[in-house]
Amino acid sequence: MKPRVAFFDFASCEGCQLSVINMENELLDIVSHIDIVNFREAMTEASDDYDIAFIEGSVTREYDIPRLKKIRENAKFVIPIGACACTGGVNFRKNFYELNEIRYYVYRDSAKYFDTFATRPVKAVIPVDFEIPGCPINAKEFLSVVKSLLIGKKPEIPNYPVCVECKLLGNVCMYDKGEVCLGAVTRAGCGAWCPSNSSGCEGCRGLVDEPNKNSEIEVLTKAGLTVEDAIQKFRIFAGYFEEVKK
Amino acid sequence: MNTNMNINVHYVTRIEGHGNIVVDIKDGKVERCLWEVIEAPRFFEGFIRGVYYKDVSEIVSRICGICSIGHTTASIRATEDAFGYVPTEQTVTLRKLLLDGETLQSHILHTYFLAAPDFLGAKSVFAILPTHLDIAKMALRLKRIANDLCDLIGGRTIHPIREVVGGFTKLPTERELRDLKKTLETEALPLLDKTVDVFASLLPKIPNFSRETEYIALVRDDEYAFYDGDLGSTDAGRTDVHNYKSWTNEYVVPHSSAKWTKNKRESLAVGALARFNLNARLLLPKAKAAAEKLGLRPINYNPFMNNIAQVVESIHAVEDALIQIDKLLTRGIKEEKVDSMPLKEGQGVGAVEVPRGILIHDYTYDRTGHIVHANCIIPTNQNCANIEYDMKKLVPEIMDRPQDEIQLMLEMLVRSYDPCVSCSVHMVKVNFK
Repeated sequence: MKPRVAFFDFASCEGCQLSVINMENELLDIVSHIDIVNFREAMTEASDDYDIAFIEGSVTREYDIPRLKKIRENAKFVIPIGACACTGGVNFRKNFYELNEIRYYVYRDSAKYFDTFATRPVKAVIPVDFEIPGCPINAKEFLSVVKSLLIGKKPEIPNYPVCVECKLLGNVCMYDKGEVCLGAVTRAGCGAWCPSNSSGCEGCRGLVDEPNKNSEIEVLTKAGLTVEDAIQKFRIFAGYFEEVKK
Repeated sequence: MNTNMNINVHYVTRIEGHGNIVVDIKDGKVERCLWEVIEAPRFFEGFIRGVYYKDVSEIVSRICGICSIGHTTASIRATEDAFGYVPTEQTVTLRKLLLDGETLQSHILHTYFLAAPDFLGAKSVFAILPTHLDIAKMALRLKRIANDLCDLIGGRTIHPIREVVGGFTKLPTERELRDLKKTLETEALPLLDKTVDVFASLLPKIPNFSRETEYIALVRDDEYAFYDGDLGSTDAGRTDVHNYKSWTNEYVVPHSSAKWTKNKRESLAVGALARFNLNARLLLPKAKAAAEKLGLRPINYNPFMNNIAQVVESIHAVEDALIQIDKLLTRGIKEEKVDSMPLKEGQGVGAVEVPRGILIHDYTYDRTGHIVHANCIIPTNQNCANIEYDMKKLVPEIMDRPQDEIQLMLEMLVRSYDPCVSCSVHMVKVNFK
């Protein structure tokens, strides 16, 4: 029997689900191997009977919690996709401001209508089986995870930095071009997407386990960044990590 | 005649983001008729305060996956406007080309994958694959071509990498542009010819409904505006985009987390139909012929025809992309460094047409190049009031039909606006006078 797959979204831009829809060349093949039973962005039919739940988006309000718990009860595998779901993504930036101040700044007197709490990743609310990081996710990586699940193998996400992929591609180092790049401590798997387009890594996939913090500080200082600048740079996507929070 | 009825569509499907339709009819009278927007707010305007100008566009791009190129472009234009910087001709040409790619990919996604299943009596594109595989393959190919264009020019379709303040970090080669041109000419245009036939055959299924409203879009004298222009209105003439606040009077309704807008009437509309209604005379030849064939003439007040206007614009986007590519090839691609901004205190506004309508970013910078204040006007916000007023007119006209049919018609109405609710609430700003 084909595995039954569901997609759900919380606070996000829905770009990760769109990355799945954008696999035009593979889409017909994919739907011949799995049954998509829940995908609000693309279909009206909906079922609570599914094996794999892909979740996009961060958790930002009370209302999200029972919804997530129900997904956890229904699914055998819960897999957050994208930076928002894995680490809070850009939504995590909200947590560096005073919550009420930011609510009133954006919504003024109507702030009371907008229930919100500090941004959390999915794993802060329910146990997850696996994560696909990135903003947006890399479709090739998504596909390899789906293939692994289909053959009953544990999917693998690299635990080495973007620099490794970038070097293998033969890119000129961004620092040699005078640009700031977070590739030395950011988890690989994207194929060094940004440096390959001559733009510094923004750290959207989060930090590798045990990043070499001291050496990174040295590199950034050498590039002329103050500690404050460097922290701001990491807080675009990686604010969730303890190394950056402090 | 249905004397009592409750319709409650919790999460309208096949749209971006979360919205509900609520209709209560009691004793033959419509008691409630609401378009509720219930998306989780994300507070972008709040958390881009303090961000350095070089990092702004990549953060706000994340407001929306599907129109991330539009958000990036509007953001960059607002920043460049604030610093008084004028981009090079090559940069502007590449940006226009990139917007053409986004328009095409978004319109194909919406017309074929999100809207068309309704006209074919299906609940999703997956349900019609077995019976309409040829059409699905055609649509997938068109979408792939559009995304290939965006990948080539922007480095990535969703959240473009190469497009930055002051230029492009990496440029396409002339060879890549020639290949793209060939694909557009030999594949995209013929597929779009067939697309016109497909949608011409669906025309009889488009509901016969109309409601007069005010249409607003960017306008220029010399081209069908997407990248820049003045604000134009079917009621109010024309004004500089820096005056946008006097047209997008925002207000709050309790049942919506998106902010509503109005100008001359109770509501206004933006998007493909608005652009068509204001700029049809400037469509490129093949798009003009398609509009003729599809019976679309300005001013058209039927919101369901927005789907058809999107088909027409898809053709225009490919024709325009070919013009921009020719421009680049004729002059030759020049290696241009990304320019740094001359930092100074100031405010800047960037307005571009994105698939769902006019998008405005407005930033104030301090003298060190960090944002102190931000305001964004999102297309779907501007359409919310119009959607609800359409519902209020439509429901009494179709009240004698079965409930299922009424519900479907209302969902189709919402879908025809191609709403992007995820975007619409993330940056709403309430300005009480």
